[in-house]
Amino acid sequence: MAEQVAIDRIRCDGHGICAELLPEMISLDDWGYPIIKPSPIPLRLIEHAQRAVEACPVLALRMTRVSKAA
Amino acid sequence: MSDTILWYATRGAGVVSLVLLTVVVVLGITSAMRWKTPAWPRFLTAGFHRNLALITLVFLAIHIVTAVVDPFTALGLNAALIPFSSSYRTFWLGLGVIALYLLIAIVITSLLRPFLDYASWRLIHWFAYAMWPIALVHGFGTGTDRSFSWMLGIDGLCVIVVVLAVLWRTSRPSPTSWRALPASESMNRSVSR
Repeated sequence: MAEQVAIDRIRCDGHGICAELLPEMISLDDWGYPIIKPSPIPLRLIEHAQRAVEACPVLALRMTRVSKAA
Repeated sequence: MSDTILWYATRGAGVVSLVLLTVVVVLGITSAMRWKTPAWPRFLTAGFHRNLALITLVFLAIHIVTAVVDPFTALGLNAALIPFSSSYRTFWLGLGVIALYLLIAIVITSLLRPFLDYASWRLIHWFAYAMWPIALVHGFGTGTDRSFSWMLGIDGLCVIVVVLAVLWRTSRPSPTSWRALPASESMNRSVSR
């Protein structure tokens, strides 16, 4: 089981804090909305991903479990 | 002698709490305005906002505990927990208790934020705009040092900073104001940006 960052696009307001905290996995589009790498979070980044999830001002991010397929 | 120390602690911690609360309010507004520079990313604002708010609780605890145990005023725990129950400066102390409860509500909902829905958390967080002035007036009304020029200077500075921050917030459209526009217009706005 690996974990992945998932986003609720309707909640997201494009604050961009997630991209500041997890630049390895999240970049921003021209409008400031996150583009998330669709790959599982590497183990060394799990803690940072957790921090990005907690820091989202509108609670639009979460971690989801994915099967190892990716 | 030890009585005096307690009283000094109460006053000092009260002033520090006011200054910290002021900084926390301004950082909160800064966060809502999405202000950032290359050298000051947004997570710094958010992190300071959160951590300074938690540090404020320490000073508030000192402020309240030393006031309660100080034998001179003989406040007792009730005065610190039940608004307007104190025989000593009933009204002004009561304001302090109310501000405390508002702050506790803000802190608890923020700590439990992942378990709440966003709208409720935000509603409670707006209490800050009531809490801060109530806390200020509490100090202005009952602070032992309220008539000293340095205390008036601190009060004045805090008021100016918060008023400016609120003006900043109200003078600009909310970063999410486009949500209120009809779909076609909000698309134009996004594109023109």
